[in-house]
Amino acid sequence: MTTSDTRSVIVEKQFPHPPAKVWRALTESSLIEQWLMKNDFQPNTGHAFQLRADPVPNWNGIIDCKVVAVEPNRTLSYTWGTLGMESLVTFTLTPTDTGTHLRMEQAGFRPDQEANYKGAQYGWNKFMGGLERVVGQLV
Amino acid sequence: MPGAADNLFRALSDPTRRAIFERLTRNGELTVHALTERAGVSQPMVSKHLSALKRAKLVRHRRHGRETHYQARPEALAPLADWIGHYGAFWQNKMDRLGELLERMEP
Repeated sequence: MTTSDTRSVIVEKQFPHPPAKVWRALTESSLIEQWLMKNDFQPNTGHAFQLRADPVPNWNGIIDCKVVAVEPNRTLSYTWGTLGMESLVTFTLTPTDTGTHLRMEQAGFRPDQEANYKGAQYGWNKFMGGLERVVGQLV
Repeated sequence: MPGAADNLFRALSDPTRRAIFERLTRNGELTVHALTERAGVSQPMVSKHLSALKRAKLVRHRRHGRETHYQARPEALAPLADWIGHYGAFWQNKMDRLGELLERMEP
Protein backbone atom coordinates (compact mmCIF):
# COMPACT_ATOMS: atom_id res chain seq x y z
CA MET A 1 0.00 0.00 0.00
CA THR A 2 1.26 3.47 -0.82
CA THR A 3 -0.19 6.74 0.26
CA SER A 4 1.34 10.10 -0.35
CA ASP A 5 0.43 13.71 -0.01
CA THR A 6 2.79 16.66 0.00
CA ARG A 7 3.93 15.93 3.54
CA SER A 8 4.65 12.22 3.77
CA VAL A 9 5.05 8.98 1.88
CA ILE A 10 3.91 5.77 3.57
CA VAL A 11 4.57 2.29 2.20
CA GLU A 12 3.44 -0.78 4.13
CA LYS A 13 4.20 -4.41 3.35
CA GLN A 14 3.70 -7.81 4.90
CA PHE A 15 6.65 -10.24 4.91
CA PRO A 16 6.47 -13.98 5.76
CA HIS A 17 9.63 -13.63 7.85
CA PRO A 18 10.18 -12.92 11.56
CA PRO A 19 10.97 -9.33 12.67
CA ALA A 20 14.55 -10.28 13.65
CA LYS A 21 15.30 -11.27 10.06
CA VAL A 22 13.68 -8.16 8.58
CA TRP A 23 15.65 -6.11 11.12
CA ARG A 24 18.92 -7.59 9.86
CA ALA A 25 18.05 -6.60 6.30
CA LEU A 26 17.37 -3.05 7.49
CA THR A 27 20.51 -2.66 9.60
CA GLU A 28 23.40 -4.72 8.16
CA SER A 29 25.35 -2.66 5.66
CA SER A 30 25.95 -5.47 3.14
CA LEU A 31 22.28 -6.45 3.24
CA ILE A 32 21.06 -2.84 2.93
CA GLU A 33 23.15 -2.58 -0.24
CA GLN A 34 21.28 -5.52 -1.73
CA TRP A 35 17.83 -3.94 -1.55
CA LEU A 36 18.39 -0.19 -1.07
CA MET A 37 21.77 1.36 -1.90
CA LYS A 38 25.50 1.24 -1.23
CA ASN A 39 26.07 2.63 2.24
CA ASP A 40 28.25 2.98 5.35
CA PHE A 41 25.37 2.48 7.76
CA GLN A 42 25.89 1.53 11.41
CA PRO A 43 22.97 0.94 13.78
CA ASN A 44 24.08 3.57 16.29
CA THR A 45 22.07 6.65 17.21
CA GLY A 46 23.81 9.78 15.93
CA HIS A 47 25.87 7.88 13.31
CA ALA A 48 26.16 9.91 10.11
CA PHE A 49 26.24 7.87 6.92
CA GLN A 50 25.66 8.12 3.18
CA LEU A 51 23.49 6.16 0.81
CA ARG A 52 24.95 6.16 -2.69
CA ALA A 53 23.03 5.58 -5.90
CA ASP A 54 24.48 5.85 -9.41
CA PRO A 55 24.87 9.54 -10.31
CA VAL A 56 22.50 10.92 -12.93
CA PRO A 57 22.45 14.35 -14.65
CA ASN A 58 21.76 17.04 -12.03
CA TRP A 59 22.12 14.61 -9.15
CA ASN A 60 25.32 13.18 -7.63
CA GLY A 61 23.43 10.16 -6.27
CA ILE A 62 24.37 10.88 -2.66
CA ILE A 63 21.90 10.92 0.21
CA ASP A 64 23.25 12.22 3.53
CA CYS A 65 21.72 10.49 6.51
CA LYS A 66 21.96 10.41 10.28
CA VAL A 67 20.59 7.70 12.56
CA VAL A 68 17.91 9.16 14.84
CA ALA A 69 16.43 6.09 16.57
CA VAL A 70 17.38 2.42 16.89
CA GLU A 71 15.10 0.05 18.77
CA PRO A 72 16.13 -3.48 17.72
CA ASN A 73 13.43 -5.47 15.89
CA ARG A 74 10.94 -2.60 16.32
CA THR A 75 11.93 0.85 15.03
CA LEU A 76 14.67 2.40 12.93
CA SER A 77 14.70 6.00 11.79
CA TYR A 78 17.19 8.21 10.03
CA THR A 79 17.26 11.61 8.37
CA TRP A 80 17.41 11.65 4.58
CA GLY A 81 19.00 14.70 2.96
CA THR A 82 19.52 15.28 -0.75
CA LEU A 83 19.03 18.05 -3.31
CA GLY A 84 18.67 20.63 -0.56
CA MET A 85 15.73 18.85 1.05
CA GLU A 86 15.71 16.91 4.28
CA SER A 87 13.15 14.39 5.48
CA LEU A 88 12.90 11.67 8.10
CA VAL A 89 12.59 7.99 7.18
CA THR A 90 11.10 5.69 9.84
CA PHE A 91 10.72 1.91 9.64
CA THR A 92 8.33 0.30 12.09
CA LEU A 93 8.22 -3.50 12.48
CA THR A 94 5.21 -5.26 13.98
CA PRO A 95 5.13 -9.05 14.49
CA THR A 96 2.11 -10.81 12.97
CA ASP A 97 0.86 -14.44 13.01
CA THR A 98 2.61 -15.08 9.70
CA GLY A 99 5.70 -12.86 9.93
CA THR A 100 6.24 -9.12 10.00
CA HIS A 101 4.29 -6.06 9.03
CA LEU A 102 6.73 -3.35 7.91
CA ARG A 103 5.73 0.29 7.68
CA MET A 104 8.01 2.86 6.06
CA GLU A 105 7.15 6.50 6.48
CA GLN A 106 9.14 9.32 4.91
CA ALA A 107 7.95 12.58 6.38
CA GLY A 108 8.74 16.19 7.20
CA PHE A 109 10.08 17.22 3.80
CA ARG A 110 11.69 20.63 4.22
CA PRO A 111 14.70 22.55 3.00
CA ASP A 112 17.77 21.43 4.92
CA GLN A 113 18.76 25.06 5.50
CA GLU A 114 15.80 25.36 7.85
CA ALA A 115 18.10 25.08 10.87
CA ASN A 116 19.52 28.49 9.91
CA TYR A 117 16.17 30.09 10.50
CA LYS A 118 15.35 28.95 14.00
CA GLY A 119 12.76 31.14 15.65
CA ALA A 120 11.35 32.16 12.33
CA GLN A 121 7.72 33.07 12.60
CA TYR A 122 6.73 31.22 9.51
CA GLY A 123 7.39 27.49 9.68
CA TRP A 124 7.78 24.96 6.92
CA ASN A 125 4.94 22.77 8.20
CA LYS A 126 2.51 25.63 7.93
CA PHE A 127 3.75 26.30 4.44
CA MET A 128 3.31 22.68 3.43
CA GLY A 129 -0.25 22.78 4.75
CA GLY A 130 -0.91 25.74 2.48
CA LEU A 131 0.91 24.02 -0.36
CA GLU A 132 -1.53 21.11 -0.32
CA ARG A 133 -4.36 23.53 -0.85
CA VAL A 134 -2.51 25.29 -3.67
CA VAL A 135 -1.43 22.12 -5.45
CA GLY A 136 -4.96 20.73 -5.03
CA GLN A 137 -6.26 23.67 -7.03
CA LEU A 138 -3.88 22.93 -9.91
CA VAL A 139 -5.50 19.67 -10.94
CA MET B 1 15.14 12.68 -9.04
CA PRO B 2 14.47 15.99 -10.72
CA GLY B 3 17.44 18.27 -10.13
CA ALA B 4 15.47 21.19 -11.56
CA ALA B 5 13.61 21.28 -8.25
CA ASP B 6 16.83 22.42 -6.57
CA ASN B 7 16.25 26.13 -7.40
CA LEU B 8 12.74 25.87 -6.12
CA PHE B 9 13.83 24.45 -2.76
CA ARG B 10 16.42 27.18 -2.36
CA ALA B 11 13.82 29.86 -3.02
CA LEU B 12 11.47 28.29 -0.50
CA SER B 13 14.13 27.71 2.15
CA ASP B 14 13.63 31.21 3.56
CA PRO B 15 10.58 31.71 5.81
CA THR B 16 10.13 35.37 4.81
CA ARG B 17 10.01 34.32 1.15
CA ARG B 18 7.52 31.57 1.91
CA ALA B 19 5.33 34.08 3.75
CA ILE B 20 5.48 36.50 0.81
CA PHE B 21 4.65 33.73 -1.64
CA GLU B 22 1.77 32.49 0.49
CA ARG B 23 0.31 35.99 0.78
CA LEU B 24 0.37 36.28 -2.98
CA THR B 25 -1.42 32.95 -3.42
CA ARG B 26 -4.12 34.17 -1.00
CA ASN B 27 -4.52 37.77 -2.14
CA GLY B 28 -3.94 37.68 -5.86
CA GLU B 29 -1.89 40.62 -7.06
CA LEU B 30 -0.03 42.88 -4.62
CA THR B 31 2.41 45.78 -4.97
CA VAL B 32 5.84 45.83 -3.35
CA HIS B 33 4.51 48.49 -0.98
CA ALA B 34 1.58 46.36 0.12
CA LEU B 35 3.88 43.38 0.63
CA THR B 36 6.36 45.46 2.65
CA GLU B 37 3.68 46.65 5.10
CA ARG B 38 3.16 43.12 6.38
CA ALA B 39 6.50 41.45 5.73
CA GLY B 40 8.29 42.75 8.81
CA VAL B 41 11.39 43.65 6.76
CA SER B 42 12.46 46.69 4.73
CA GLN B 43 11.35 47.34 1.17
CA PRO B 44 14.81 46.61 -0.31
CA MET B 45 14.73 43.24 1.48
CA VAL B 46 11.25 42.51 0.13
CA SER B 47 12.50 43.37 -3.37
CA LYS B 48 15.46 41.03 -2.89
CA HIS B 49 13.17 38.21 -1.81
CA LEU B 50 10.90 38.87 -4.77
CA SER B 51 13.90 38.55 -7.10
CA ALA B 52 14.67 35.13 -5.64
CA LEU B 53 11.04 34.08 -6.06
CA LYS B 54 11.16 35.37 -9.64
CA ARG B 55 14.27 33.30 -10.40
CA ALA B 56 12.43 30.19 -9.23
CA LYS B 57 9.48 31.28 -11.40
CA LEU B 58 7.28 31.36 -8.31
CA VAL B 59 6.05 34.90 -9.06
CA ARG B 60 5.43 37.03 -12.13
CA HIS B 61 5.34 40.82 -12.19
CA ARG B 62 4.05 43.70 -14.27
CA ARG B 63 4.77 47.41 -14.03
CA HIS B 64 1.85 49.78 -13.78
CA GLY B 65 2.82 53.44 -13.51
CA ARG B 66 5.41 53.72 -10.74
CA GLU B 67 4.34 50.52 -9.02
CA THR B 68 5.38 46.95 -9.70
CA HIS B 69 2.62 44.41 -9.12
CA TYR B 70 3.41 40.81 -8.20
CA GLN B 71 1.35 37.68 -8.69
CA ALA B 72 1.99 34.09 -7.51
CA ARG B 73 2.59 31.31 -10.01
CA PRO B 74 1.50 28.30 -7.93
CA GLU B 75 2.05 26.00 -10.93
CA ALA B 76 5.79 26.50 -10.27
CA LEU B 77 5.33 24.31 -7.17
CA ALA B 78 4.52 21.26 -9.28
CA PRO B 79 8.11 19.89 -9.20
CA LEU B 80 7.89 19.82 -5.40
CA ALA B 81 4.71 17.74 -5.44
CA ASP B 82 6.22 15.52 -8.19
CA TRP B 83 9.40 15.05 -6.21
CA ILE B 84 7.57 13.84 -3.12
CA GLY B 85 5.23 11.67 -5.21
CA HIS B 86 8.33 10.17 -6.80
CA TYR B 87 9.31 8.70 -3.43
CA GLY B 88 6.09 6.68 -3.29
CA ALA B 89 7.16 4.70 -6.37
CA PHE B 90 10.76 4.59 -5.14
CA TRP B 91 9.88 2.93 -1.82
CA GLN B 92 7.35 0.58 -3.37
CA ASN B 93 10.13 -0.70 -5.62
CA LYS B 94 12.64 -0.95 -2.76
CA MET B 95 10.18 -2.85 -0.57
CA ASP B 96 9.73 -5.40 -3.36
CA ARG B 97 13.51 -5.82 -3.52
CA LEU B 98 13.61 -6.20 0.26
CA GLY B 99 11.06 -9.02 -0.05
CA GLU B 100 13.28 -10.75 -2.62
CA LEU B 101 16.34 -10.36 -0.38
CA LEU B 102 14.48 -11.87 2.59
CA GLU B 103 13.68 -14.93 0.45
CA ARG B 104 17.39 -15.37 -0.35
CA MET B 105 18.63 -14.87 3.23
CA GLU B 106 19.31 -17.72 5.65
CA PRO B 107 16.46 -18.02 8.20
